[in-house]
Amino acid sequence: MAIDYSLEPVLVEGNPPLKELDEVIIRPIDLKPTRKYQVVLAFFVSLLIIGIICTGITFYYGIGMWGNNQPVAWAFDITNFVFWIGIGHAGTLISAILYLLRQQWRNGIARFAEAMTIFAVMCAGIFPVIHTGRPWLAGYLIPYPNQHLMWPNFISPLVWDVFAVSTYFTVSLIFWYTGLIPDFATLRDRATNKIKKTIYSVFSLGWRGSSRQWQHYEKAYMLFAGFATPLVLSVHTVVSWDFAAAIIPGWHSTIFPPYFVAGAIFSGFAMVSTVLIFIRKVFDMEHIITIDHLEKMNKIILLTGSMVGYAYIIEWFMAWYSGSPFELFTTLNRAFGPYGWGYWVMLSCNVFFPQLFWFKKIRRSVPVTLAIVILVNVGMWFERFIIIVTSLSRDFLPSSWHAYRPTLVDFGILFGSFGLFFTLILLFARTLPVVSIAEIKSIVKGAQPVHHEEE
Amino acid sequence: MADEKKLFGVAALFDTADEIFNAAKKVNEAGFKNYDVNTPYPIHGIERAMKLKSSKLGYVTLFFGFFGASSILFFMWWALAVNYPLVIGGKPYFPLPAFVPITFEFTVLNAVVSTFIAMIAIVFNLPFNAHPLHDTNYMKNVTSDKYGVVIESDDPQFDENKVTEFLKSLGGKSIELIHNPEPKILKAFEPKFVVFLIIVAIITSASTYVTLNKFMYLPPFDFMLNQNKGSAQAESTFFRDKREMREPAKGTVARGFIPYAFNDPADTTEFYSDPLLPTKKVLKLGQRKFLTFCSPCHGNYADGNSRLRGFFPPGPTLHSAKVIGYSDGQIYNIITNGMQGIMPSYAYQTTRDERWAIVNYIRVLQRAQNPKPSDFSAISELIKESGNASN
Repeated sequence: MAIDYSLEPVLVEGNPPLKELDEVIIRPIDLKPTRKYQVVLAFFVSLLIIGIICTGITFYYGIGMWGNNQPVAWAFDITNFVFWIGIGHAGTLISAILYLLRQQWRNGIARFAEAMTIFAVMCAGIFPVIHTGRPWLAGYLIPYPNQHLMWPNFISPLVWDVFAVSTYFTVSLIFWYTGLIPDFATLRDRATNKIKKTIYSVFSLGWRGSSRQWQHYEKAYMLFAGFATPLVLSVHTVVSWDFAAAIIPGWHSTIFPPYFVAGAIFSGFAMVSTVLIFIRKVFDMEHIITIDHLEKMNKIILLTGSMVGYAYIIEWFMAWYSGSPFELFTTLNRAFGPYGWGYWVMLSCNVFFPQLFWFKKIRRSVPVTLAIVILVNVGMWFERFIIIVTSLSRDFLPSSWHAYRPTLVDFGILFGSFGLFFTLILLFARTLPVVSIAEIKSIVKGAQPVHHEEE
Repeated sequence: MADEKKLFGVAALFDTADEIFNAAKKVNEAGFKNYDVNTPYPIHGIERAMKLKSSKLGYVTLFFGFFGASSILFFMWWALAVNYPLVIGGKPYFPLPAFVPITFEFTVLNAVVSTFIAMIAIVFNLPFNAHPLHDTNYMKNVTSDKYGVVIESDDPQFDENKVTEFLKSLGGKSIELIHNPEPKILKAFEPKFVVFLIIVAIITSASTYVTLNKFMYLPPFDFMLNQNKGSAQAESTFFRDKREMREPAKGTVARGFIPYAFNDPADTTEFYSDPLLPTKKVLKLGQRKFLTFCSPCHGNYADGNSRLRGFFPPGPTLHSAKVIGYSDGQIYNIITNGMQGIMPSYAYQTTRDERWAIVNYIRVLQRAQNPKPSDFSAISELIKESGNASN
């Protein structure tokens, strides 16, 4: 391993001394919250409260408060579930896959993306549970010896989902916490306040930064990354099987797993960009989360967006090539039926606008990037909505067709999930280092010894 | 241990990664064993300078990964094919491809969690907030922007002055002597702690009480209580006879019910013969049931010498020629129906098999009272065998 680290490109602009990096990253934690922060937090907490109230209404009056009805039994709830799970995927991609590929630029954004993964999976986890109508019985999904002497149906994709999502959450949490341990040690040794010091001591577990520890730590981190990589691909694959294993036209398709995974990474990167653009501005981290980071993420958005566009084209091709009149009808119905407007929103946001990233000027322009990534978020939400609702509302028999209309409670819970996500993001940004201190230090110029010996 | 302010080691700080790399190399070359290098982030290649063995954590991951995969696959096979076999969608009980996703997820979960626990708890021995290095100036620097070497006092080559000089010669700055902290003794009955325990106990018990006795009776958790149902003794407004409790329809037969045709001690020999073999298991069962239900009147050995003699009409001996002459079916019939209005029916206390086991046991008792010559030779044979075995 004779890697010449001196040839690395500049990843942290200006080569700040390590002490200054500490200061910059930890400043948001030490300062009192500003007025602006409080206003933004209040806004998202209000959204969260709206969501909680709407969920409470659902529990009290029952699932009839939603627009769902036969045959559209899955609607906003599962749309939101798939949307949020997809958002999470970018975090693991950045932290695990880019780690294995030795893309060191990831160090600046990995912590934030991982946190986003965890919060997004938390938002996602709510929906299947409340969708069952009796969330207090959700414990039966876990195989434990119960009084009914029954086990879950392990050959159902819905049960695979339970295992996939809970494993994903646990592994992401461990990955995130492992990365946080050295940073907690840094926070602990800076803290002057006794209460803060105690809290940081507890979470740092007494980390000493010994090279004997670092050696195992890096090994474990690599193993985690190695496991998280197939895991992240499996999670959205399993989610897509929820659809693909059914025989509904428009769902029963082998392209779903790769199509869903690409879409998940696409939407996830869009969400990471959306939030990071604000974070780097507000917290003065423009030299840590540089314009190069945004450009690289835009390239990935362009790539995955094109993959999603390819999947849309293949859907049309398969509708014709399969020779199934139902498939053809469903595809035509998606584009020109009652929900056709949603299809064109989806198509323009996911396929057309990201193609603007072919231009370097647009890739490196922060306001344009922000506009496009927000559009991508919108488009990806509509994609899941279109897949679920158009297929269910008009399947085989015209006599069983039924239009779906969301109710106010549906919207309330959707907004509530955004409230939860951004509340957690805002709290995270002020309580924990949003950039991994140890990892960013390790890629500053001169941070690694120059090796002259051959081995 | 007598000296509480024992020296833990000597620490030195360095400014750059190159310096620490060379320092680690020199310390290792000087033959020190118990030393450590502390850095704010991993320094690449330092494990070679320190000549550390590569991490064995991968084996933990490998073992628990395989363990997770095989255990979940075995469990799913057991649950769906053995414990509660159900035909789902016309598929076989154990369609292997359908078990792959969960096997994979569980493998990942098991491998990652076990690796994390092994690393933190076993390899690092964390949490360890009482380590002597904590709260030193040295530690505060090496988690921020300095790199440090600490040579511990339990190293065989350790000598305070020499080590200090050695670290200085390597270019180390702010040499620091680190002492073991005074061991803290926690008092279990400190008033504050006792009050804390009491508060925790009160909160825990109160919240448990409220959850189980109040909260679970509020909607939506009261769905089991508020059902549209009638209780057994209540008056019905629906049925004409005003009874909530309904009688079974005419001709209903309980599950497993087999009608018994005889009401008196008739000769049932031709209808009933003993269905059980006099095995050890059957005789044990018969003995237990006999001692429970029969012995109070007939005596433990069926000789009529019972412990209730004088309180109740005496049960007759079962060794009389009359009883020995009864067929198995007759004895079974007597147990089922009772006898002469004195012995009650035992049909509701015992099952059919148990009654037949009792019949078998009675036969054994009778044989014991009136043994045949062949029995004596069999017994002496047994005694001889056991005698030989004990020698």
